Amino acid sequence: MKALRNIVDKLKPTFSKGGKLSFLESTFDGFETFLFVPNKTTQSGAHVRDCIDMKRTMIVVVLALLPALLFGCYNTGSQVGLEGWTAFFYGLVRILPMIATTYIVGLGIEFTAAQLRGHAINEGFLVSGLLIPLIMPVSTPLWMVALGTAFAVIFGKEVFGGTGMNVFNPAILARAFVFFAYTPQMSGEKVWYSDWTMMGAQVDGVSGATALEQLATNGSMQWSALDAFLGFIPGSFGETSTLAILIGAAVLLFTGIASWKTMVSVFVGGAAMAYLCDLCGVGAIGAQDVAPYMHLLVGGFAFGAVFMATDPVTSAQTSTGKYIVGFMTGAIAIMIREINPAYPEGMMLSILFMNALAPLVDYFVVEANIRRRKNRVKLVK
Amino acid sequence: MSSKSLKYLTGPLSGNNPVIVQILGICSALAVTVQLKPAIVMGLSVMAVTAFSNLVMSLLRNGVPARIRIIVQLVVIAALVILVDQVLKAFVYDVSKQLSVYVGLIITNCIVMGRVEAFALGNKPWASFLDGIGNGLGYALILVIIAFFRELLGSGCLLGFRLIPESWYINEGGFYSNCGIMLFPPMALILVGCIIWAHRSFNKDLQEK
Repeated sequence: MKALRNIVDKLKPTFSKGGKLSFLESTFDGFETFLFVPNKTTQSGAHVRDCIDMKRTMIVVVLALLPALLFGCYNTGSQVGLEGWTAFFYGLVRILPMIATTYIVGLGIEFTAAQLRGHAINEGFLVSGLLIPLIMPVSTPLWMVALGTAFAVIFGKEVFGGTGMNVFNPAILARAFVFFAYTPQMSGEKVWYSDWTMMGAQVDGVSGATALEQLATNGSMQWSALDAFLGFIPGSFGETSTLAILIGAAVLLFTGIASWKTMVSVFVGGAAMAYLCDLCGVGAIGAQDVAPYMHLLVGGFAFGAVFMATDPVTSAQTSTGKYIVGFMTGAIAIMIREINPAYPEGMMLSILFMNALAPLVDYFVVEANIRRRKNRVKLVK
Repeated sequence: MSSKSLKYLTGPLSGNNPVIVQILGICSALAVTVQLKPAIVMGLSVMAVTAFSNLVMSLLRNGVPARIRIIVQLVVIAALVILVDQVLKAFVYDVSKQLSVYVGLIITNCIVMGRVEAFALGNKPWASFLDGIGNGLGYALILVIIAFFRELLGSGCLLGFRLIPESWYINEGGFYSNCGIMLFPPMALILVGCIIWAHRSFNKDLQEK
């Protein structure tokens, strides 16, 4: 550790102002703070004293994503007929190029943007870069992933001013871009199964709709509810196992990184809408016959609720706002699933929609609070 | 042509462009730019309408009372738009079909009335005519740039000629796929944003504080 510190200290003058490579100052700073806790402290003003900073926050989210990631590896292998550790390693090898792609493209753009503006480099993308592969179908071509990542980082994040200024969740934006740009490749029956022949995987002729698509068209699926809960169903890489996602949710809630208000109200909103539709008999063909609780198990609902809707930047900032936005996210997701027969997954669109509305909700919550307090003052008089 | 007249013609191409600087006529720029050919025809149509409405209104400018000028402008512009519509139907029927209501909607294009109000009512006929041509050209230029990218990336063609070989496509065993989102209007808006971004970074005096 000491040796590394010495090397960094020795290199520092070269990259600081006036040094030979001073144009790479942000990049150097990014790596230095990645390796060591920054020694900068705030000089003035009151602020919360806490050992948490953005790097720790992001690392905790990455840790919370690990169960879903590891299970996704196993499931990818097991969907093409492998068992045990072979299945796991098959999935791991399958996902690594995608993770590498998102990190290289996304971090490359982030570093360049920070460098051009002379900003410090932020760690927000460490999470987005891992989320993007987890919400893509297994066989998405890498160049599509790269294009989606680039679009999300440039138009979702950098044009608004970088980390913390974005209106939309970058990961979900990347998926939305790829979905609408390459709809034939992103839907259909082949993309949910891996297409790499190695380790004896049976990829020829393996295809089929996801659990959600089967539910939407037939009202039933070939797997049991338990399979859907444990995650032995085809789907995007990290979204299949509700159990693994809930373990991640426990980590996020225990450490206080994600807001339980948002998370719980997404599930409540989704369940409420599902039962309402069930009671009134509303729904497209097929979707009518689905047991309401199944909606919370299949598709990207749980993943979106735990990792996407709780994004501290794009969700609501006020407490009441979090309840409202969370509830609406869940309710709209199920509404899209029930009413729109062409597009079985509603979570992506409902999160993007509520991202756009969250500032509005916050505005009205704050206004209501101001009005209430004004009325209180009047009463005292 | 004097340098002043030339300025009427070239000013709206970049520094005073109706679409990316004055932000007028955005809706039609999003609607008709899926392919290059309709975009070119639309650009030419708008150019004809702006040029001749400017010319006519400039000739009438001293005879029209200010109170009723808007209705007079509308009559002139509407007559010209109907004329353009008939010409398109007669000579390029298929493109006219593709453009559908958007030819008729040239009448609501802010560029046309904006130039009449802002320029033709206060300037001589020749200058107004050139200003109309220039603004029409500036509009057409942006339309062509947007349509170029949308048609190339969205369907792999330009003016209907296939540029990206069939064998590259995933269905044919290749790796490539058209970017379907380019066919949707929202992507055209993002492209307009990109053009404005690039344009302002070259023209620093246009950047808002």
